[in-house]
Order: sequence, then C-alpha cells, then structure tokens
Amino acid sequence: MSTATTPTAYNYKVVRQFAIMTVVWGIFGMALGVFIAAQLVWPQLSFDLPWLTFGRLRPLHTNSVIFAFGGCALFATSYYVVQRTSQARIVSDRLAAFTFWGWQAVIVSAIITLPLGLTSTKEYAELEWPIDILIAVVWISYALVFFGTIMKRKMKHIYVGNWFFGGFIVTVAVLHIVNSMAMPVSLFKSYSIYAGATDAMVQWWYGHNAVGFFLTAGFLGMMYYFVPKQAGRPIYSYRLSIVHFWALISIYIWAGPHHLHYTALPDWAQSLGMVMSLILLAPSWGGMINGMMTLSGAWHKLRTDPILRFLVVSLAFYGMSTFEGPMMAIKTVNALSHYTDWTIGHVHAGALGWVAMISIGSLYHMIPKLFGRERMHSIGMINVHFWLATVGTVLYIVSMWVNGITQGLMWRAVNVDGTLTYSFVEALEASHPGYVVRLIGGAFFLLGMFVMAWNVWQTVRQSKSTEAEAAAQMA
Amino acid sequence: MSNFWSGYITVLTLVTIGLIVWLLFATRKGQRPDHTEETVGHSFDGIEEYDNPLPRWWFMLFIATIIFGAFYLALYPGLGKWDGLLNWTQEGQYEDEVAQAQEQFAPIFARYADMPVEEVATDQDAIRIGQRLFATNCSVCHGSDARGAFGFPNLTDNDWIWGGTPEQIKTTLRQGRQAAMPAWLAVIGDRGVRDTAGYVRSMAGLDSENVNLEAGQKVFQTNCVACHGPEGKGNPLLGAPNLTDDIWLYGSSMLQVQQTLRYGRNGNMPSQQHLGEDKIHMLASYVYSLSQEDGEVGDTDRPKGK
Repeated sequence: MSTATTPTAYNYKVVRQFAIMTVVWGIFGMALGVFIAAQLVWPQLSFDLPWLTFGRLRPLHTNSVIFAFGGCALFATSYYVVQRTSQARIVSDRLAAFTFWGWQAVIVSAIITLPLGLTSTKEYAELEWPIDILIAVVWISYALVFFGTIMKRKMKHIYVGNWFFGGFIVTVAVLHIVNSMAMPVSLFKSYSIYAGATDAMVQWWYGHNAVGFFLTAGFLGMMYYFVPKQAGRPIYSYRLSIVHFWALISIYIWAGPHHLHYTALPDWAQSLGMVMSLILLAPSWGGMINGMMTLSGAWHKLRTDPILRFLVVSLAFYGMSTFEGPMMAIKTVNALSHYTDWTIGHVHAGALGWVAMISIGSLYHMIPKLFGRERMHSIGMINVHFWLATVGTVLYIVSMWVNGITQGLMWRAVNVDGTLTYSFVEALEASHPGYVVRLIGGAFFLLGMFVMAWNVWQTVRQSKSTEAEAAAQMA
Repeated sequence: MSNFWSGYITVLTLVTIGLIVWLLFATRKGQRPDHTEETVGHSFDGIEEYDNPLPRWWFMLFIATIIFGAFYLALYPGLGKWDGLLNWTQEGQYEDEVAQAQEQFAPIFARYADMPVEEVATDQDAIRIGQRLFATNCSVCHGSDARGAFGFPNLTDNDWIWGGTPEQIKTTLRQGRQAAMPAWLAVIGDRGVRDTAGYVRSMAGLDSENVNLEAGQKVFQTNCVACHGPEGKGNPLLGAPNLTDDIWLYGSSMLQVQQTLRYGRNGNMPSQQHLGEDKIHMLASYVYSLSQEDGEVGDTDRPKGK
C-alpha cells in the first residue's frame, strides 16, 4: 500500500491537480483578456466571426479568470490549508476527486458554450442551466469535503483562514443557487424567474458578492495562511481577525445596490447599498492591516524573498481597491465613474493586484512543498514574474483611471447653449491611447504567467515520486 | 412598500449595524493597551496569533463610517418607507436639474423659434448649435458627417425618402418614420424575385445577368407601382424611395436587392419629440442646410451599383 493513501498522509494529489490547473487556466483566461483588449484597440480582430466577437469572448474571459483560474486557486489552497491547519487528511478522497473533475467539466462547458453564444445574459453567471446545476452539485460536494475535514481536526479551535474559506463556500452556494433560478425552455435556453428591477437587484446582490465572497473572503483565507507561513511570523491580532471576519461577511451582503445607482431600483435600496458600502471600508482594511502587520519584524525578508513581495504587494492592492470601492459607491462619485473604464480599472486593481498576486505568491510557496522540493526551480524567475506582474497591473489601472475620468468628464461636458460638447465617438477616440496602454499592461501580466508556467514545469519535472509522497506525510 | 416589508427591512438594517457596533466594542473590551508579543495560545501548522489590540485609528475609522451612515439614513431615504429629512428622490433631483437647464438654455433656442427654417439654416451660430444636437442625437445612425450608412439615409444629398421640405423634415423628427417594404417571396417566388431585382436595377441603369427583364417588369407593374409609382420614382408620402436615381439604402448588388425583395425592409426612424419643439426646429434647420449647397443630387460616397 502506498503511503499516499494511508491516513498518516495528507491528500496532496487533489491539491497538486488544482494547483497545476490554476496556472493553465490563468494563462488561458489572461490570454483571452489580452486578446479582447487588443480587439478594443483594433476592432477588426474579430475577423467577422461571431464566436470571436468581443460580446462572446468577454464573458469567457471573466468566467475563466474568476472561476477557472481563481476557482482552481481557491480549491487548491483551501484543500491544502484545511488539511494542514486541521492536521487531518481530507475527509473523502473520492469526493475531492469529484470536485476536481466536476469543476474542470464546468470550465470546459463554458469554453464550448460561451463562444457559441449560449448565455443566460446574467453577468458573471452567464452559463446556462444544465451547467448551473453541475456547478451546484460540485459546490455542495466541495462544502462536504471542506467542512467534513474541519470536523476531523485534531484541535479545539478552527483556524481563522478556515473561517474565511468556510464563509466563502457557504455564501457562494447560496448566491449561485438563488441567482441562477430560471425556467428552462430548452436544453440551452432558460429565463430568469425574476423580472425587471427585482432581477437586476438579485443579479447584483450575486454579482457584488461574487466579488465579496469568491474574490475577497476566499482569498483572505489564502492570505491568512500563506502570509504568516512565508514570513515566519505569528498573525498580528486575533481580535482584529474576529471583528473583521464577522463585519466583512455581514456587511458585504448588503452592498450590491451600489451597482444600480440612478436606475429603476427604488431610492431606499440605492441609499442603503451606498451606506453599507462605506461601512465596509474598515472591515476590508482589517484584513490588509492584519496581513501587513504580520510582517512587522520581517520586513527585511522582502529584500531577498520575491514570494513575500507578491504577498505584500497583493495586500497593498487589496487595500487600495477596497478604498476605491466604497468611494465609487458614493452616488456623486458614481455619477461620474459609472459606465466608464474606471470601473474596469477598479475591477482589475482587485483582480490582477489582489486576487492574482496573492494566488501566485501562494502557489510559489505551495508548489515545491506539494512536490517534495525545497524551493521553486528558479527564485530569480519569481522575481522577474513579480516585476512583470506589478508593472503590468500599474499600467492597466492607471490607463483605465485616465480613460474613465476622461470619459466621465467628456460625457457630461456641456456648451454654453446646453448642448453636449462631445459626441460619444469623440470620447471613444480619446480613449484609444488608454486602450493601447491597457493592452501593454495586460501583455506584461500574461508574460509573467508564462514565466511562472516554465518555472512550475521545471520544479515539477525534477520531483521524484518518493519525494512527493514523503512531503505529504503528516508531521 | 407595505408596512410589513418596510418594518422588516428597517429592523434588519438597524439590528445588523447594531450588532456590528456591539461586536466592535465587545472585542475591544479587555484588550491590552499596547503592542504585545503574547499569543492567544493557538497554533495551526505552526502559525500562532498575537493578542494585539485593535489599531486605534482603524477603530475610529470604523466608528466614523457608522456615524456617517446613521446621518445619511436620517437625511435620505434608506430605511423602508422613511423619506429622509431632506425629502430627496432621484426623480426630484432629475426634475430639478432639467428645470435648471431649461431656465438657463431655453432662451437661447427660443431666439430662433419664430424664424423660418430656411432663414435659421443660413445663421452660422444656429447651425453650430444644430450640429452639436445632431452629434448627440442623430450621429449614432446617420454618422457624424450625416452621410448615413447601410440602412440609414444620407442626409447631405438632395434625395429624400420622406420629403425634404422644412415641414416634412420636422414631421420626420417629431413623429418618427416607420417604413414598410413588404416581403415578396411568397407572392412572386424565387424566379420573380430575381427578375424583378434585375428590372429594378435596370431602372437605375445597372445591368444584370441571367434575368428576364420583361417578366420583371410585369411583376413590378403588378405589385410595386402602388408605392413606387409606374416609373419607379417613389412616393414621399409613403416613404417609398425613388428607384431610378442609383442611390441605394440597402445596397445595389443583385444579392442585396434580392434580399430586399425577398424579406422586405422595415427602416425605423425614432421620434425625437422628447427634445422639445425648439430643438427640433434647430435640428430641422441644420439637416435642411446640409442639402442646400448646390441643390442637386450630391455624391453619396456609397459604392455605386456594379
């Protein structure tokens, strides 16, 4: 009997699978992002093929970076963290394997159906009902695996990282199921059971909490393990963990209406969404502070450890975008920023700066351990990746700020006779240079992912199966 | 909103915020005044946790946002049916802004209201205003240069589908226009479509291969003359285009003309009534001015028939 299946070892197989696919889907999703960014510079790049049009590839880009790249990163790290911090092997190897293959099936279905134009038209929930059902089944299995493993833990307390993973898993299940409720009319077409402003509200309750729980709480779980581990320091404040966890999850759920300012949504819901978004600032920053302060006493390590740099810079971007978010939720600011590229810049400050960077840092920490290697094949190349990712993110965000504010101001500029100063196409022309810079920034980030893929490949290639098995032994 | 739901959401909101405040103070209670190296005693995979106090500035920031929220919810609608002390609504804000703009800008447009279109069309200031209104409201379909596109008429030539007098242009702007070229496939069949397309092209001086012009003419005389007239010169009352001038709204190629005949065309010009009479006057004058330079059918810049 191989040691990998004895109860004295962690199940690293499923973690390895998800970790490798994180890199693969990262490249796929980001390459799509770079391609559609190029389409915004050169619209003829759709070649008049329906399945290459921006409208179909953009949802595929968002689905593959959020759910394929981000999702695999969350599965990999949560399975790794929950086993190690509970000192327990995953509760069911078979169910865990099902979540892996099930999730890959969801992604492949998305890659087939979205370019064909099969869509429920709900942003970040475009997949049609049969795939939605598969997602729900996989997700409930995920919850069973995760909480089952928590129940097997060897200690009384549950680690704070697992609170965040647990909160994310439960809430995403609720969000997905409620928002995807639909009436199927054929195998590939369904209609939402909600109508009008209600549908919009349910959609953005889901949409904003896809950000709040999938892209924030889940990745905070990651942060709470990999930052103290990589820094070799205790968490700064247990008290802060408690307040910011409960405050974050109880307030995020209210913030959705800020996506619907000045629309058919009733005034009271808009105001409430704005107020809750502002109150969300401190709970969000709680996570940043706890991560950053964990490094106090270890700042010198940043000079030599590019993995730690990834983790720290991701926290900086997290702090920046969670400040920007509440500001943009204020009605008067939103009146300028809404429908402009500023929103896209804000999303990518979070997506590239926070989500991708914390995932990349965590993977660089975790992959050698999963394969029984001491460290990644090349530390220098991690550093190269770090700079490519940082410069890419900054170029992206800054170009979209400039574009967004330019658009917002041009759209509202009026002449002395009250007519609009600029037609829409003039604001579009003014945005063109920003689109070029954004494309360059995205390409930088993608290039970094290729560097990572090479580094991961070299690391994995040198791993011997005996080393990998030994690494999975419980201490 | 019913009283029940109003009460429900109000209580839920206040209880949530109240619990957050309680959590904040309860966690703060008994905390150490200063930084500490002492942990709370857990260790997870070697990770320990310090028992440090909540950072003071962070605590104050949290409280400040909650106080701001409380004031905001008192002043603005946000708690169920509560209207807020300022009685603000987004409709109210919109109406205020529109009223303000009316007061400020209406006199500028009113200056031209009593001048006839022909006269406004020669006033440089008025034309500039008209051009801006056009860029905002019309250019999406007709193009920034008003030369149109496939399915959207060129407004700079002197070829008018619905008539080019000032009053006709104004009617188009006020009421919009709905064209209705019916689908003929079921009536005249595939052969009829081909022959008629060839005949229609021949009226504009274009040659077509493999068509029976005589048969096409027969179909035309039976089915098309009612709108396009016996000579194919069209009828502005119905929005039926002149077919003899080699200006094509939906393309002149054999394939395109056959498509038009087979499935019909339903061009729609939306009503611009919401702009108000004074702005319609300015727009009509601008559009009128575009075609007055030489008074002849201008070059449409669109590919002519082959």
